[in-house]
Amino acid sequence: MACRPAPPRAPSSRHPRHHAPTGGDCIGPTPRSPTPLTCEEAVGSDAQRRVWRLSGPLDADTVRDFDRQVQRRLPAKSGQLVLDLASVPTIDSAGTAALVDLWRVSQQRGFEVELREAQPDVEAWLSLYRVPLAPPPAAAATAGGFEQLGASVANGVSAMVDFTVLAADVTVSAVYALMRPRKLRWSALLQQASLMGSQAFGIVGLITFLVGLTLAFQSAYQLRQFGAAIYVATLTAISMVREMGPLITAIIVAGRSGASITSEVATMKVGEEIDAMTVMGISFTDYVAVPKLIAIMLTVPLLTLLADVLGILGGWIVGTIYLDIAPQPYLKATVDALVLKDLGTGLFKSAVFAWGIALIGLYHGIGVRGGAQEVGRATTQSVVSAIFFIIIADSAFSILFYVVLG
Amino acid sequence: MRVRGLVVRYGTNTVLDGIDATVERGEIRVILGGSGSGKSTLLRGMLGLAPVVAGSVEMLGENVNELDDDGRQAVMRRTGVLFQNGALFGSLTVAENIALPLREHRDLPEGTIRELVRMKLAQVSLSHAEHRYPAELSGGMRKRAALARALALDPPLLFCDEPSAGLDPVTSTELDQLILLLRDRLHMTVVVVTHELASIEAIADSLIMVGGGKVIAEGPMAQVRGAGIKAVDDFFARRSHTATADDRTVSALFTAGVTEAARSTNQGGG
Repeated sequence: MACRPAPPRAPSSRHPRHHAPTGGDCIGPTPRSPTPLTCEEAVGSDAQRRVWRLSGPLDADTVRDFDRQVQRRLPAKSGQLVLDLASVPTIDSAGTAALVDLWRVSQQRGFEVELREAQPDVEAWLSLYRVPLAPPPAAAATAGGFEQLGASVANGVSAMVDFTVLAADVTVSAVYALMRPRKLRWSALLQQASLMGSQAFGIVGLITFLVGLTLAFQSAYQLRQFGAAIYVATLTAISMVREMGPLITAIIVAGRSGASITSEVATMKVGEEIDAMTVMGISFTDYVAVPKLIAIMLTVPLLTLLADVLGILGGWIVGTIYLDIAPQPYLKATVDALVLKDLGTGLFKSAVFAWGIALIGLYHGIGVRGGAQEVGRATTQSVVSAIFFIIIADSAFSILFYVVLG
Repeated sequence: MRVRGLVVRYGTNTVLDGIDATVERGEIRVILGGSGSGKSTLLRGMLGLAPVVAGSVEMLGENVNELDDDGRQAVMRRTGVLFQNGALFGSLTVAENIALPLREHRDLPEGTIRELVRMKLAQVSLSHAEHRYPAELSGGMRKRAALARALALDPPLLFCDEPSAGLDPVTSTELDQLILLLRDRLHMTVVVVTHELASIEAIADSLIMVGGGKVIAEGPMAQVRGAGIKAVDDFFARRSHTATADDRTVSALFTAGVTEAARSTNQGGG
């Protein structure tokens, strides 16, 4: 096969030992074997008992030949097939598998296969492997539409239950910890908070500044037609403080800190670190989850304040430069427009968003099963669900504040 | 397989310092040594996975250092490697893991691939786990699946990194039997890195003992063990020979005759 070309057909004479692949590197079939496999009808063959003589190596390179010459010409039903292997000098596991596949077909169709005159080296391969007698199982039937729908509803419900349990546990523990601040891990908490804050500081500031700028431009274009350019200040201030500030900050934090919470917790989970904490009697909730929750709920409202200020600054720049409103009246209009309630609802919303980001991050992190590659998937999932949560919660707040509470 | 003057360095940390070693065709050669002795690094150096600074590796009659990428790949295709933790692809089932090299490097009909995969799985007694994902397997099962994958292309040369680490004695013995079978029936050359004495005694034709980045002893099993080299004798007698003069027991710190106590600790240590 691979290294030495098999001798031309010599059906009756066994090859001397040294022709057999004793050399280690003769086992693999690379480089490509120049010797093809041929199959021909032997003398004394008839329709009931076919005798086919194979010549040439039966290995990974010639399995295609075998497939073409043997598999495709197999008897359709009962009968007997004899394969004469006397001129097959070498075989490998691919060739062996091809013979198993042939046997499998014979079982289905109900004919018999007999191997004959296998050389010792070939025989060694054939006796080396065991195969399960049962045919390979058919691919699992894919679930029908109803089944899939049911399964996804059931999954959704159980996920909601799991999330609620986790959320309640961590939230209650956090409240408890705040009531007994001595036991809180302040160093971890402050480190987390400063990390989250400093990482998000620049990008939150830049993006909300640009959003404020854009808002002012867009509204100015409309309002100028009515000679109401000063209302740009009012509009920018209210939409930044009540809506855009909390929303944009939360989405950025979800992408940064939410993802990092998930990947950190998921890595701990995969590395059995959470199990190790459990058996050491250290509470994962108190030690890991609570500091993260409190840290993020402190950080996000602060970042939101920053966002509000920079957004208003963006509007102010447009107002003074593009709309020729004097700086002082613009600021006065801004301050007049805002009441404390606007700031309060904005900050309250941002704290709720932060709560959601932390818990969704923790939930996806803890829920990881399997190996390292699951960490990435969980992280992506976490960011998507967190942003989804933020938008839903924001709509709910709009209804609550404007419709219900007036 | 021949290694000449192999030097492996991570940054300034020289892990292997001029290793010479030979592996004969059709033998099982065990690389042994204590933890941190560089035996796994030697394996990685042979495979070109560690930063080789100097020296040459000759594998299957080819000098690996002088080959281009294609040539190197051709050699690697004829080499099977069982990594310490299996290194199965987590996104594929066990059967797909084993079929991967077959699909990539061979042109085989589907039926043949299917039967080939089942043959290899039966060989490592893992037929029941065909459609499971690596994450759903135990450590031992994962290792056996990885061995099946390493054997998928019938490599003439097989490397095993700690094949029995983390396995129960029964599975470990089965694995040893399988390695012996591969050598006897398929004339495979096997390089095994291990520190399991039972496994070494069961399978090794010859040994390479590594310590401190150097080859301490090399040769047929009986010859190495009979040579009276202290590190080898200590290893087989399960004695520590790594205790240094710098560490001593805490109680020795508080004893008057510190040197005396330290000496006795080092002799009896392990």
